[in-house]
Amino acid sequence: MKQVILIIFLSISTISVFSQPVYITRSGQISFFSRTPMENIDGTNNEVTSLIDASKGEIVFAILVKSFRFEKALMEEHFNENYMESTKFPKATFQGKITNLSSINFTKDGSYPATVEGDLTMHGLKQKQTATGTITVTNGKVSAVSTFTIKLADYKIEIPSLVADKISETIEIRVNCKYEPKS
Amino acid sequence: MNPNLNMSRLHLVTLFTFFSLAAFAQDDLMKMLEEETEKDKKPDYATATFKTTRLINGHSVENVAEGVLDFRISHRFGYVNGGAYELFGLDEASMRLGLDYGLNNRWMIGIGRSTYQKQYDGFTKYKLLKQSSGTRVMPVTLSAIASIMYKSLKDENPDRENYVTSKLFYSGQLLIGRKFNESLSLQLMPTIIHYNLVQGANDPNDVFAIGAGGRMKLSKRVSLNLEYYYQLPDYKLPGTTNSLAIGVDIETGGHVFQLYCTNSTGMTERTYISETTGNFFEGDIRLGFTISRVFTVKKPKH
Repeated sequence: MKQVILIIFLSISTISVFSQPVYITRSGQISFFSRTPMENIDGTNNEVTSLIDASKGEIVFAILVKSFRFEKALMEEHFNENYMESTKFPKATFQGKITNLSSINFTKDGSYPATVEGDLTMHGLKQKQTATGTITVTNGKVSAVSTFTIKLADYKIEIPSLVADKISETIEIRVNCKYEPKS
Repeated sequence: MNPNLNMSRLHLVTLFTFFSLAAFAQDDLMKMLEEETEKDKKPDYATATFKTTRLINGHSVENVAEGVLDFRISHRFGYVNGGAYELFGLDEASMRLGLDYGLNNRWMIGIGRSTYQKQYDGFTKYKLLKQSSGTRVMPVTLSAIASIMYKSLKDENPDRENYVTSKLFYSGQLLIGRKFNESLSLQLMPTIIHYNLVQGANDPNDVFAIGAGGRMKLSKRVSLNLEYYYQLPDYKLPGTTNSLAIGVDIETGGHVFQLYCTNSTGMTERTYISETTGNFFEGDIRLGFTISRVFTVKKPKH
C-alpha cells in the first residue's frame, strides 16, 4: 500500500518537476509558394496562432485562410473564392507531435533539429503530414522554422486546365514562428 | 479484503489517472488553441459579392483593390433583329474604353470614352458600408457613386450660342448589395440623373430610376447576371424604355469576360438608364461584351 502511494506520489512529482511551460505565438508567419515557369504565386499569413507543449512535445497551429496576403489583389480573391473556398472552410489547423523530443532541451539555449508529425486539416480534409525544421531556444523563448511541401491533390484543391501552367501541383510551405512562454 | 486485489485496483486507478492525464493534455492544447483564436476574432467581411466592378451595364458594389488599375473594353453590337443583312447586329459596334483605379480599398475612380455621342465620363465610387458577420454584423454593402458625363459630339446648331454646360450630365447612385450565399448576390440601385439641358420644354431635368440586379454563380468561375433599371414614369424622358440586361461573367485568371444581351446602347448612366430606346421583348437586343484586365500598379504593403 505504502509502495503504491509512493509510486503515485513520485510520478505526480516527476510530472510537476519536469513540467515545462507551454509556449505560444499569436503572430506566427506561414507562407506558401507556388512556382511555375509562367508565374510565381506566394501568400503570407502573419496572424498564425500556435502552441507548443514542451513537456509532451505537442505542437498545434490554427490559421484563418482569409488572412493570407498576396501581392496581387486578384490572386487573393481567387485563392479564397476558387481554391481554398475560405467561406466554407475558414480555418486550417495542424495538430502534431515532435518525434525527437528527447533531443530537444527547451531549458537550454541552442538550436535543435526537429521532426514533427501530425494531421494537417485544410479545405475540409485531414491528411498526415511530416515536416522537418529547427527549434531554437534563446533566453527562455522558442522559435520554430520549417519548410515542407504539400500536394494540392491531397486536399482536393483543383486546378482548372486553363491555369494549369500557372499553378504548381506541389506547394512549398514555410513556417516561421516566435513563441513566448504562456502565462 | 484480499490485499492483492486491493493492490491491483490501485494500479488500475493509477493507470487510469495517467491515461486520463495524457488524454486531457492532447485536448487541452487544442482547447487552448481554440480559446486563443477566439480572442483574435475579427469581423468576417463578405468578399467577392460580384466578380467585377460592373454588374452588366452599371456598377456593382465591388471595387478594384488599392493600387490596382483596371482596363475595361466594352462593346455593344447592333440590334439582333436587324436580320442577316446586318449580320444580326454585328456590322455595327459601339464601344467604351475605360480606366479604373483603386485609391484605397474603399475608394475608386475611373474615366472613360464612349464612341456613342463621343462622350467622356468620369466617376468616383466609395464604399460606405461593408457587409460583415461575426464580431460585427452588417447586413449589406453600401456604395455611393457620383459621375459626370460630357457629350463632345459637334453641336447640332453651330450658329446659335452653345454652352459647354448644356452638354454635361451628372448622375448619383446608391448601391445596396448583399451576398446571400456563395452563389447568390442581389443589389438595389436608386439613381438620379441630371440633365442641364433637355430637348423638350416639358422633359424633366432629373430622371429618377431604381435598378435591381443580381448574380447567380453557375460554377466557380462563371456567373449568370441580371440587371434592370425602372424609370419612374413621371421622371423619364419621352420615348425611352427601361434598360434590361442579362449576361454571364467568365473569369480566367487576370481577366474577366462579360458577355451579355441588352436593349441599351450606351455604357454610362445617362446613356443606358435614361436614354435606352430599344424594346427588349420586340427583339431590340444588342449583343455585348466587356473585357476587364487588371494591373497591379502599386504593390500593397504587408
